[in-house]
Amino acid sequence: MLSYFLGNSELSRGGTRMEKSQIEFRNVSFRYHDDAPWVLKNVSFTIDADEWVAIIGHNGSGKSTIAKLMNGLLFPQEGEIYVSGQKVNPDTIWEIREQVGMVFQNPDNQFVGTTVRDDVAFGMENHGMSRELMVERISESLEAVGMEAYERQEPHRLSGGQKQRVAIASVLAVSPKYIILDEATAMLDPKGRKEIMQTIRDVQSKRNLALITITHDLQEVTQADRVIVMNQGKVWMQGSPREIFSRKEQLIEIGLDTPFVSKLADELLNAGLSLSREPLNHQELLEELWTLHSTK
Amino acid sequence: MDITFDQVSYVYQPGSPFEHRALQDISFSIQSGSFVAIIGHTGSGKSTLLQHLNGLVQPTEGRVNIGPYALVSGEKNKHLRELREKVGVVFQYPEHQLFEETVAKDIAFGPENFGVEQKEIEDRIQQAAKATKLSEDLLERSPFDLSGGQMRRVAISGVLAMNPEVLVLDEPTAGLDPSGQREIMDMFHELHKSKELTTILVTHSMEDALKYADHIVILNHGEVYREGTPLEIFKQREALENVQLDVPEVIDFLAKVEEKMNIRLPYEGQSIAELAKELARMVRGGRDHE
Amino acid sequence: MSSSMIIGQYVPGDSVVHRLDPRSKIAIIFFFVLIVFFANSVMSYGLLALFGIGAAASSKVPLRYIMKGLTPVWFLILFTFILHLFVTKEGDLLFNLWGFKVYEEGVVQGAAISLRFFLLILVTSLLTLTTTPIEITDAIEELLGPLKKVRFPVHELALMMSISLRFIPTLMQETEKISKAQASRGVDFRTGSFKDRIKAVVPLLVPLFVSAFKRAEELAMAMEARGYRGGEGRTKLRELKIGKLDYVMYGLFVVVVIGLFLTRN
Repeated sequence: MLSYFLGNSELSRGGTRMEKSQIEFRNVSFRYHDDAPWVLKNVSFTIDADEWVAIIGHNGSGKSTIAKLMNGLLFPQEGEIYVSGQKVNPDTIWEIREQVGMVFQNPDNQFVGTTVRDDVAFGMENHGMSRELMVERISESLEAVGMEAYERQEPHRLSGGQKQRVAIASVLAVSPKYIILDEATAMLDPKGRKEIMQTIRDVQSKRNLALITITHDLQEVTQADRVIVMNQGKVWMQGSPREIFSRKEQLIEIGLDTPFVSKLADELLNAGLSLSREPLNHQELLEELWTLHSTK
Repeated sequence: MDITFDQVSYVYQPGSPFEHRALQDISFSIQSGSFVAIIGHTGSGKSTLLQHLNGLVQPTEGRVNIGPYALVSGEKNKHLRELREKVGVVFQYPEHQLFEETVAKDIAFGPENFGVEQKEIEDRIQQAAKATKLSEDLLERSPFDLSGGQMRRVAISGVLAMNPEVLVLDEPTAGLDPSGQREIMDMFHELHKSKELTTILVTHSMEDALKYADHIVILNHGEVYREGTPLEIFKQREALENVQLDVPEVIDFLAKVEEKMNIRLPYEGQSIAELAKELARMVRGGRDHE
Repeated sequence: MSSSMIIGQYVPGDSVVHRLDPRSKIAIIFFFVLIVFFANSVMSYGLLALFGIGAAASSKVPLRYIMKGLTPVWFLILFTFILHLFVTKEGDLLFNLWGFKVYEEGVVQGAAISLRFFLLILVTSLLTLTTTPIEITDAIEELLGPLKKVRFPVHELALMMSISLRFIPTLMQETEKISKAQASRGVDFRTGSFKDRIKAVVPLLVPLFVSAFKRAEELAMAMEARGYRGGEGRTKLRELKIGKLDYVMYGLFVVVVIGLFLTRN
């Protein structure tokens, strides 16, 4: 496993730069043209290595733009973005794209290869990896997402969830430090969504990765370590899922929803029960109820 | 219009190596004016079934009656045009079918094909845009300049402008954000009630099925697996689990409450606030209350 | 269902012909097409026919697939034959059919040209029957490799071809989907005057173009995000290898060529 990561860093980074494993936005503002409205205005935050951060916000809040800025698909007009201590600019994007992997929304429009293995190889080919390394990584990364049985399949024979798993494998194969999922589950059915979330949890627990999920799915949000809420191009709030979902009314004001458990907990509070903390899932709320029930 | 499926089977590419039986001996009926949800996994036959409602495919075996129209295996239907005018279909990602220069023209496209008079069409554009909450100043814009959510409303308006009696919705909220999803579904529910539109919703969302439908049909591997009112269906937790379908979250949670604390609180369509009150009372009641 | 479509009619298999390096196949076919025009005797034609039919037989592709590939050209072959019957007025008069005089030379030439035609189509269709489109793309990229020196965008061309191959099934599905959506809005693609039918295509083509452009844009962004920056410094997963089998095949082909020049008149 160690050689897996070392092999890669020797290949491209040469180890000369200071290693500071985080993504940092410093007062970033962005708009598409000079006379267009600002999509992001003075946005600052950091994402640490190993962290799972969910970015939420209604459509048009600027959250997808953040993703594209992180690996130099777009550049800010004001402010700076640093990835592992290196400033994102046209000279550094190739190194940065090796560290920051992205999975997009539409499963079809990011599948480049004519078969699964060709698609997983695509990124590695771009980074000039040797053939032996590619073959090794293809099986490793397909195994990590549970798609090893589909190596020779053509994309049109796969379900949306399977295609997204291949997309994740393709990103893993380059062994990035950060993975961004830009609404990667939005076009999937519930089964596909579950597959992807399971895959992501597995991958994050086994590999040394920061995960950035941009999403509408509240279930996804509750599993993150930290949430950044975007509203009208600004960071509206940052905090743990628990902190975020305790602000139910304000979230609804900016066009967001809260999970069922959180709504029910609120109403239980109104009905006179006092809960010790904001529950995030069924288990936590059940435990609260159980405590209240048995101490009576 | 009442709709009945009578022992309908559908086979793709019969006799070829790719032969695939998508529907198998399907029988059920939909009452005029009802709201029916059709649930099942990708590949369960939902979309094939949906295409029968519009005569886009013809049953390989059996017969489908849609009001006065019949689709019978082996017989050519001469009234497909009329049928398609009466049954409006909102396909998945309907914004992909937009093509006209302006929003108004695109909405007018359906009615024009069915020979509706120009003056009437003008009225219908206004009505449809109002129903989908498209603001009037968008009507002369190009549909391709609009946001994704607005494009979807345009496409839906185009179907509504045909003045259908039956509305078929194939995952109409796919890909929208939560508030967009709620708005669209509330709009369809409103239309269903105010115009007494027979509405058939194909969905993956158990929450929507529970919230909006009066009747649910579950498909599995091309067969009708279960059928009934939402409360009847979602009581059968195990039966649903067997075909890897979830129950709506509220019912799931109440079942867990019963399992863990032996507090039985059946779901009968209560709001979250009502449930919280009952639950609080029962929890507070403690052991002696049981 | 469009997923049933067999792109380029590739028939999966593991025959000798399947296992040849695609570059070898393309090269041999190229030279075969050239030498077919040198045949001028019964023996020489016989030799080439033996080679062509032998190759087809050893590909183990079912005869009906091969025939299916030939369907559109049967008419052309027949037409060429008949044309020669009527136009060529040399040799002995064979028979007189209601005033149309058929001469011996006409039959001979007609048969010869038709056979040439048949062999050309047979051999070239064997390429697509036994080689996946992506292998053909790789082979073309390799064979055109030298052109990179004159700045011919060989890599880009190959990438374009492979992406097209990748997206054909996707676009087929999309076409079906949109045509159904428009049919349910009252478009009739099947009946009506020519003008009406042309008009009916617009609601199909515009959405298709719009979606293809959107896909292209998203795909370009996804490729860039995955570090794509042109062919330079890029490695390749798929490798083409010339093996023993290929050399055996070259040898056999050289024998055929020598045989051809020995049996010519």
